Amino acid sequence: MSESPSSGPVTPATSPETGTLRVKRGLAEMLTGGVIMDVVDPAQARVAEDAGAVAVMALERVPSDIRAQGGVARMSDPEMIEGIKAAVTIPVMAKARIGHFVEAQVLEALEVDYVDESEVLTPADEAHHIDKWRFTVPFVCGATDLGEALRRISEGAALIRSKGEAGTGNVVEAVRHLRAITGDIRRITQADSAEVYEWAKRLRAPIGLAQELADTGRLPVPLFCAGGLATPADAALAMQLGAEAVFVGSGIFKSDNPPVRAKAIVEATTHFRDPHIVAKVSRGLGAPMAGLEIDGLATRLADRGW
Amino acid sequence: MVAGRKVGVLALQGGVARHVQALADLGAEPVPVRTPEDLALVDALVVPGGESTTITKLLNSSGLAEPLAERLADGLGTFGTCAGMIVLADGVLDGRSDQSSLAAVDIDVRRNAFGRQRDSFEADLDVAGLDGGPFPGVFIRAPVVERAGAGVEVLARVEGRPVLVREGAVLVSAFHPELTSDRRLHRLFLEEVA
Repeated sequence: MSESPSSGPVTPATSPETGTLRVKRGLAEMLTGGVIMDVVDPAQARVAEDAGAVAVMALERVPSDIRAQGGVARMSDPEMIEGIKAAVTIPVMAKARIGHFVEAQVLEALEVDYVDESEVLTPADEAHHIDKWRFTVPFVCGATDLGEALRRISEGAALIRSKGEAGTGNVVEAVRHLRAITGDIRRITQADSAEVYEWAKRLRAPIGLAQELADTGRLPVPLFCAGGLATPADAALAMQLGAEAVFVGSGIFKSDNPPVRAKAIVEATTHFRDPHIVAKVSRGLGAPMAGLEIDGLATRLADRGW
Repeated sequence: MVAGRKVGVLALQGGVARHVQALADLGAEPVPVRTPEDLALVDALVVPGGESTTITKLLNSSGLAEPLAERLADGLGTFGTCAGMIVLADGVLDGRSDQSSLAAVDIDVRRNAFGRQRDSFEADLDVAGLDGGPFPGVFIRAPVVERAGAGVEVLARVEGRPVLVREGAVLVSAFHPELTSDRRLHRLFLEEVA
């Protein structure tokens, strides 16, 4: 019998068992309160680890360069991923294209610690996401609203990140998506049992997950924030809005002083409720990445995902 | 005496919420610890799982490293899980070259001893002196004890390697009891260790 997508009590293993729901979601829980940083080579990975990153995301180009250079964005070169794995002791994540289950198989074979089925890369399938239950490696997926989050969880995602708009250095979409998800979670807990069915239809999500959410008031997997965070205050904002950890992509290595900014964002994420500490670490960081207005974008990455 | 007791959970980074829940389930009053002022309020402490390199850096930047070392030297009851085990150990193998630890328990631990995430696993553990059958062990990129000093009591092993040990008022596990609903180890910590 395969694992059921809608959760419920997880039966403890009687003998060593890998790839369980609990160890997949468990690693995500161990990353909470932390910062996951995009890196493109071993040197950047070491800067990230030195700054206190809880994990690195290995990719060939940071989102702002993908935006600027265009072309099809794909899974990274295995050699580059191996180099980053060798450079650091913290978990290494890597991105596969939406629906590209063979890229995910390759990343699992490379023993990355998490696969990000990511809208930042060019989608490989415009109808289907990867059936993530078939893998031992855990997956993180992006979501712009609660329905998208629940659909990804039903496919086996062990971690959800609000998408934001990657590569812009503009936090507005991250805030929009985080508020959409947490706001609807609050609202669904007010629904009566008949209304939950209507919620499930409206969200295009499995009724079992909608009912569980209505009962518990929280997603069955952790919720992180991504897409456009560039400053310590951005990270603290995401955390105060209910994110449990943050992904920072272009925001660090496209800034003037990556090591100092990275460390400042780590400290602001830990002490997100203390404005004095956020103020202290925000001093003298040099210029942040330039940033883009959302209305001027040729491509909205967040629209990718079904 | 557990009821109402103020038990800190080091809340710099990592799996804090589940420990808070476990302690509350047992009637203790959990206190997230991020500053020296928070630490002064508690009479026992949980150091949760997370990334040990990150937690170590944040101990220093938050000004907690020194007061915590003093409290540990004074016999503060402490329960470290996974990264918490690493942070409390005497020596760390396969860590970063600059990785320091608090030396609150006389063990050397090896980081990621069972492999990467793909090798993370669940296994039932026989725990010495624990009634009620095997304990569900959840091992996530888990460390293992490579050397245990003479005063260290080994309470459980996997493949013969120690994964739950106690020395004085300090209990450390390579696995994550907080990720299960089994509260026996948190109870053991509160009632007998701390």
